[in-house]
Amino acid sequence: MTTGAIGSRRGPSALLVGVPLVLLAFGGFIIWVFPVLYDAFWGATCSVADTWLVCSGFLQRGFTAGVMIGITAPIVGVYLVNRQMALIGEALAHTAFGGVAIGLFVSAAVEQVDHPLLFALVAAAVAALGMQYLTVNTDGHADIPIAIMLTGGFAVGIAVISYGVVFSATVESYLFGDILFVPFENVQLMVGLTLIVAATVAVTHKQLLFITFDREAARLARINVWFYDTLLIVLTALVVVAAMQILGAILVAGMLVIPVAAAMQLTDSFTRSIFLSVVLGQVAILGGIFLSYAWNIATGAMIIIVAIVVYLGVTAGRISRS
Amino acid sequence: MSQAITVDDVSFAYSDQPVLKDVSLTVEDGEFLGLIGPNGSGKTTLLRIMLGLQAPDTGTVELFGTPAGAFTEGTRLGYVSQHSTDAGTSMPVTVREVVRMGRYPHAGLRPLDAADHDAVDDALDRVGITELSDRRISQLSGGQRQRAYIARAIASEADLLALDEPTVGIDANSLERFYDLLGELNDDGITIVLIEHDIGVVVDHAETIACLNRELYAHCPTDQFLETDALERAFSSARVLGAANATGGGRP
Repeated sequence: MTTGAIGSRRGPSALLVGVPLVLLAFGGFIIWVFPVLYDAFWGATCSVADTWLVCSGFLQRGFTAGVMIGITAPIVGVYLVNRQMALIGEALAHTAFGGVAIGLFVSAAVEQVDHPLLFALVAAAVAALGMQYLTVNTDGHADIPIAIMLTGGFAVGIAVISYGVVFSATVESYLFGDILFVPFENVQLMVGLTLIVAATVAVTHKQLLFITFDREAARLARINVWFYDTLLIVLTALVVVAAMQILGAILVAGMLVIPVAAAMQLTDSFTRSIFLSVVLGQVAILGGIFLSYAWNIATGAMIIIVAIVVYLGVTAGRISRS
Repeated sequence: MSQAITVDDVSFAYSDQPVLKDVSLTVEDGEFLGLIGPNGSGKTTLLRIMLGLQAPDTGTVELFGTPAGAFTEGTRLGYVSQHSTDAGTSMPVTVREVVRMGRYPHAGLRPLDAADHDAVDDALDRVGITELSDRRISQLSGGQRQRAYIARAIASEADLLALDEPTVGIDANSLERFYDLLGELNDDGITIVLIEHDIGVVVDHAETIACLNRELYAHCPTDQFLETDALERAFSSARVLGAANATGGGRP
């Protein structure tokens, strides 16, 4: 008997019952309730402060999508960073880009199938599971599968694009992110993903934390480490695909890592570091979007730059205190 | 008296490097067992097999009467290893958050309740680190940190506490307090299996001693053990083995 098979089945079985029910409720909320809330919120905001910044449809969608990313990416990132898996998001984003390329190629051939993000989601999920499999079943360092997935996913993307007929502007919007390019369906998708990620982490936080802190002790306590590792990596894939539209495949990992790195220096508590990461994530997203319009700079790049400035500020503050 | 751990005819090898050969021993409920042996004698491997973290190549292991691989009551086991001191060196996590982890297997997917928080408070109090509970675990001294790990095991209401060289890098003063604490826990009925480098410490505190070097050389009460030559035989075989295979042994 392998040690991987040891573990409590109680957690997973409860999840198997709970998740479909919760998904149904989420689906209803996102399709019928969310658009009403969205219109009410932005309508009210626009009537209070009548500027183009909050009244233009594309910026409303961009801000909403950005806020969602500012919540989910740091939440998942906290666990990844503390497991020294900071670059896994980068690898998944690059394979997601490969998926987008395939999706664009397919949509060029079959017009009805115009959902490149769906392809990205599938590619990232497959890559996530594949990476998990490689990490468990090969002897190398954990960063080897990451390097392989990172370059491999990108190679597939570039190969498909070079072969097919795809507008370079479309490709660029997935590579570097484009806030003008977020349709309302994708905002809905992002709200849905955010709710899924937040709810899943809220329920499984204890197990994820225990494994992150002391993997052996978690195994000894008969927590199903393999299941929760897989769950975390799949959540990461969801977040990465959601964030790719705003930040682009190349910059996605920054949002998973930088707010967390800053928050870790501000608190001694793990739980507080999660909340602080989200706060700093929002600072980066909102500040990045404002500045990118004020200075006419690419949004994804500006978000990451603001995040890094915050990180450097926090680091400098900490050094000067000690 | 019932058995906490039953090891029956266990052998284990890393690829073709034999680590354990035909080891059989029984740990009674409430026993304080010191597991000693030279470096690379398979102590850690035996302990991990006992806890079901690793499967033996041949032989069987039972934890509280259940095969170790199928044992699911994770809350009954506590483990403090030499590596515990390395964990979380950069992670922001407070002492209280670490001790709370002892309640996680009890809670499963539900939030911690009042009883859980009481158990955490009691455990912190028991090992005397209540005033450190909001400190980052990486800022504690080695001795304080090991007490936090013990508190985690107490909070989980473990019946069996396994310790793998828990006092590496701990100063003499903290060491004495640490072993007094283990003695108290053992008096409360907790079974303890201790791997320790310092044989003098083991002889002072353990009720029974198992001397291992691939094979089990002795397993008997401490006073009887001191009258045998098991230690000498185990260590001299290590020297012969060491001379024959200077690079052999080591940990996984």
